[in-house]
Amino acid sequence: MADSPADKLAEQALQEPILAPGHNYASVTDKISAIVLRRPPKWWILGFAVAFALVMLLLYSVTYLFVEGLGVWGIQIPVGWGFAIINFVWWIGIGHAGTLISAILLLLRQQWRTSINRFAEAMTLFAVACAGVFPLIHMGRPWLAYWLFPYPDTMKMWPNFRSPLVWDAFAVSTYATVSALFWFIGLLPDLATLRDRAKNRPAKIIYGFLAMGWRGSAVHWHRHETASLLLAGLATPLVLSVHTIVSLDFAFAIVPGWHATIFPPYFVAGAIYAGFAMVLTLSIPVRKLFGLEDFITMRHLDNMGKVLLATGLIVGYGYMMEAFMAFYSGNPYERFMIVNRMGGPYAVFYWCLVACNIVTPQFLWSRKVRSNVGALFAIAMVVNVGMWLERFVIVVTSLHRDFVPSAWGMYYPTRWDIFTFVGTIGLFLALLFLFIRFLPLISIFEMRTLVNEEEKRAAE
Amino acid sequence: MKRESIYGLMAEFKTAEELLAAAHRTQSAGYRRIDAFSPFPIEGLAEAVGFHRTRLPLVVLCAGILGGCSGFFLQYYSSAISYPINVGGRPLNSWPAFIPITFELTILFAAGAAVLGMLAMNGLPTPYHPVFNVPRFALASRDRFFLCIKARDPLFDRQKTREFLESLTAREVSEIEV
Repeated sequence: MADSPADKLAEQALQEPILAPGHNYASVTDKISAIVLRRPPKWWILGFAVAFALVMLLLYSVTYLFVEGLGVWGIQIPVGWGFAIINFVWWIGIGHAGTLISAILLLLRQQWRTSINRFAEAMTLFAVACAGVFPLIHMGRPWLAYWLFPYPDTMKMWPNFRSPLVWDAFAVSTYATVSALFWFIGLLPDLATLRDRAKNRPAKIIYGFLAMGWRGSAVHWHRHETASLLLAGLATPLVLSVHTIVSLDFAFAIVPGWHATIFPPYFVAGAIYAGFAMVLTLSIPVRKLFGLEDFITMRHLDNMGKVLLATGLIVGYGYMMEAFMAFYSGNPYERFMIVNRMGGPYAVFYWCLVACNIVTPQFLWSRKVRSNVGALFAIAMVVNVGMWLERFVIVVTSLHRDFVPSAWGMYYPTRWDIFTFVGTIGLFLALLFLFIRFLPLISIFEMRTLVNEEEKRAAE
Repeated sequence: MKRESIYGLMAEFKTAEELLAAAHRTQSAGYRRIDAFSPFPIEGLAEAVGFHRTRLPLVVLCAGILGGCSGFFLQYYSSAISYPINVGGRPLNSWPAFIPITFELTILFAAGAAVLGMLAMNGLPTPYHPVFNVPRFALASRDRFFLCIKARDPLFDRQKTREFLESLTAREVSEIEV
């Protein structure tokens, strides 16, 4: 029986190793550190220039916002929460995939995480940084932002610890801190590698300073591994709790369409979905531009495609449950909310959402699609957009028509909403460009460990 | 005891297995002050140089508990003692509502302790260490493996220890200047 092309591809995907053969410790080290230690390619300079321009746009938008006030945005009664919360949740969600890859896949001993985890964790940090912009700027009196945190003040006032918004402040701060710490100790041995391989003196000094004198001593490695496992074990419940708390920002309200117990797991699954889409969106160009196909292989892309499909199915289930429960509950406000989503003024967003998030990932059932890099990239981009639309639909359609028709209204974003959002995308990209320029985007010492294990397995 | 003017002797190896075997032999030869260096963690190497259990997990646990207690106490104190507000007769010590922040602070303190504890126990940052005086040691962060016997070891003797290391199929044995 002749092998069909799909069968051949399937076999290839199964046998595709997570590290292409023919590599040793020196070659993985040299390949990854070369990206950092040589002059940046032209496309990097161009890309960074564009991203930097967008960061300037962000700065301008935020300055104008602080000078003129929140009226420059489209928020109004009844939709008092617009792009700011949508973008905040979108960015935080994107960050969760990085922690899943770094922490959860480490605990599950999934070796295929090795070549993508450093990059994914950096993506998390930058996504959380972008997310953190919004809570700060969306306040009516941003100079009082510090009131979110408990400190003994002259009025003896404290934040309302019973509010999910305050929980959010703690959760996101903890998430940012723990991610940064996890990322940094993972970087330490690689910074030592860069210190030892850097040619010019300033680079040697800076990397040396950051590497803190790491020398690869066996006892140090032992503690380092222990710390990494402990951090992974801590980061796993953390990532689940952070997006749960974010979802509770909505679920604790009585607004129809928000007050649903499915929100915590639905949001967490959605976050992983959005995050993996972003990891795919970023890793596909990066592996092509830097020639890293030996390290980020088709097996990685295949696995990420599978995770995308699985989480997409959970998110689809969430949508269907929302709709079903709205009808099953008999609550006229819940029922109207769903009818309004499907047929009201914002219906086009709802149906785009269904097309992006439920229909599109179904293509990933096919091995052929998962082996096609262009298709994966396209699907990932569609999911990115779809997940933003999901937050838009949740926030805007639920708020704009709630209980009483006299309170109904429409929401129209202004150019400043859009500029700020695009500006944060620029901030994200700029940070990523800086990261790939100055730091090793693949974890070098973990790749060496992988080489060692492949050698041991080959010797058996 | 004669004071040595060097930090110790360093032997270079080509593979992880060689280093592990050499470390075992060094320990069975009676040396205690040994250290091994590799570009990635090698299973069993820490035991081979005489290290057994790290206290880091205990430190992290204690820090986590401290964080949890701090978080809960912060909320309890502010809600029940410092500025109690009667909202519809609801309990001041609304402990279910206090869970998320308690949890987050547990994780925060534990993670902080994991990182700072690891760094502190490893003695990092170490601005200077004699092993970096060996020129080829830069390869320890690339693809070579090193074993070091420190001069502080009671059995250390410049000539005899050098001969011992050379018998271990090392590529090169060098002196580490202080």
